[in-house]
Amino acid sequence: MSKDIYVLGIETSCDETAASIVKNGTEIISNIVASQIESHKRFGGVVPEIASRHHVEQITLVIEEAMQLAGMEPDQLDAVAVTEGPGLVGALLIGVNAAKAFAFAHQLPLVGVHHIAGHIYANRLEQEMEFPLLALVISGGHTELIYMKEHGDFTVIGETRDDAAGEAYDKVARTLNLPYPGGPHIDRLAHTSDEAVMFPRIWLEEGSYDFSFSGLKSSVLNYMHNAAQRGEQVVPERVAAGFQNSVVEVVTGKTMRAAEEYKARQVIAAGGVAANKGLRNSLDAAFKQKGIPFHIPSLPLCTDNAAMIAAAGTVMYEKGLYGNMAMNGRPGMPLTSWI
Amino acid sequence: MIYLGIDTSNSPLALALIEDGVVLIEETANLKINHSLTAMPAIEEMMKKAKVLPADLTHIAVAEGPGSYTGVRIGLTIAKTLAWSLKIPLHSVSSLKVLAANGQGFDGLVCPIMDARRGTAFIGLYEGTGLKSVLADQHSDVKEFLLKAKELGRPVLFTGIDAALHEALIVEVLGRAAHFSSIQNRLPRASNLILLAQQSEESDVHHAVPEYRRITEAEANYNKAQEGQIL
Ligand SMILES: Nc1ncnc2c1ncn2[C@@H]1O[C@H](COP(=O)(O)OP(=O)(O)O)[C@@H](O)[C@H]1O
Ligand SMILES: [Mg+2]
Repeated sequence: MSKDIYVLGIETSCDETAASIVKNGTEIISNIVASQIESHKRFGGVVPEIASRHHVEQITLVIEEAMQLAGMEPDQLDAVAVTEGPGLVGALLIGVNAAKAFAFAHQLPLVGVHHIAGHIYANRLEQEMEFPLLALVISGGHTELIYMKEHGDFTVIGETRDDAAGEAYDKVARTLNLPYPGGPHIDRLAHTSDEAVMFPRIWLEEGSYDFSFSGLKSSVLNYMHNAAQRGEQVVPERVAAGFQNSVVEVVTGKTMRAAEEYKARQVIAAGGVAANKGLRNSLDAAFKQKGIPFHIPSLPLCTDNAAMIAAAGTVMYEKGLYGNMAMNGRPGMPLTSWI
Repeated sequence: MIYLGIDTSNSPLALALIEDGVVLIEETANLKINHSLTAMPAIEEMMKKAKVLPADLTHIAVAEGPGSYTGVRIGLTIAKTLAWSLKIPLHSVSSLKVLAANGQGFDGLVCPIMDARRGTAFIGLYEGTGLKSVLADQHSDVKEFLLKAKELGRPVLFTGIDAALHEALIVEVLGRAAHFSSIQNRLPRASNLILLAQQSEESDVHHAVPEYRRITEAEANYNKAQEGQIL
């Protein structure tokens, strides 16, 4: 029997300071997330400088908690994995420098992980991955369809050309005067309405797996604006339901078509918007009907966390893909394959 | 006892190792390179040269700001993580005081200055002998601060690479009371940082945070908007 692998994961790409210890890339030993949402709320979105300030305040506390909860000492670890990019540069470099200092202090291998690879590997903490695999990564900063032939082999087959889905959710929510982050509020409102305003479905060119949400967002804004001019009362529930229907239909449709074309043996979803009830139900139903295994990790693993970074980092560690002390935060890091 | 000193609070990178009162190695680079990329490789390289292993370190000294927000955070993040994970004490020292140490022995006051744009600076005033703080580290309009310094009626030695940027104004306000350190004494030295750390109390590793001396722009705007609403 081969030796167990323990990896410390660190994630600070946006507004969560997170650390986790994962065993063999599949089992969470500890998973700590310090969210800053409360600090950014009053500004209506994440303020990068404030995010960086929080990260430096939290970083050692969060790592210590992850280590203590696991009951582990640094010399029991096999590697340190950290989100190298993409994300907010000032936020990323807190995690990267903490990871470098920790790895240096204890002479451990250092692994730099792509945030989206992390989101995909979050699934492996609940269910083994089956290839070919199709991943829908849908969050505040990303909307991507990624095809994987095997571990570490990523092909982006579709991505948003403008806003990320979560971003569109948050912007629409703001026009409805819902608190930040607005995604969950729209989701909730949408489920309380029997009627929905009809908004366009943005499919782009035939066969494209790309997404576009800014046109949809503009239609919602126009609708609100016109209603206000005519002195009509807007029913927020109907607007929320109409917006959500459009997002869900397009995202489900494209994911489904990609899964069929690429003959996926497993489809997974990840990212904060994967928490959306309307989307979960729609994807679940669609894939059940087609008989393709579909999985969405539980909520704490959908949103930003460090267990997913440790999970992806473990596979990179096994492949010997180490970084060094010159690692830096890479805000625009592309998702490249490990093989 | 081996102290590692780290100052990344402005564009210079200053590192040193002091073992039992002996400076083993000291480095100061003034190359405007990204600390996030270069600080850890420089620490690794310097320790290798000095044949000091991470586990040999007994104390970490770090410049806590003010200065470049990002720069200060990089130094603090590295220092905190090293100190916490090696279970050794952390000492954080004002970045301005580290600069002021360049003027130690000056018969008068020492004024370290770091430009913060739009006529402002991170600035403080220290006694040349003993480095007691005379005017607290602050973010201030440069001219306003100079006028306060002038009132004290004593010679002032300016230090820090940004002293050059404000030289004309300094001379205009302080006249013959203004003195400037020579160029090699305008860069922070991590040996000075360590010596100051040795006189300072241990910091609480988890709660050591940068001394920004300035709120964020987002908070300033938010506060302004709130005031507007109250009026
Ligand atoms: N139930 C939901 N429905 C729609 N959007 C949601 C829901 N829950 C969260 N979100 C959205 O998810 C985003 C946050 O997800 P996260 O994975 O943290 O994003 P990122 O890391 O890319 O910023 C926000 O835009 C938020 O509004
Ligand atoms: Mg994310």
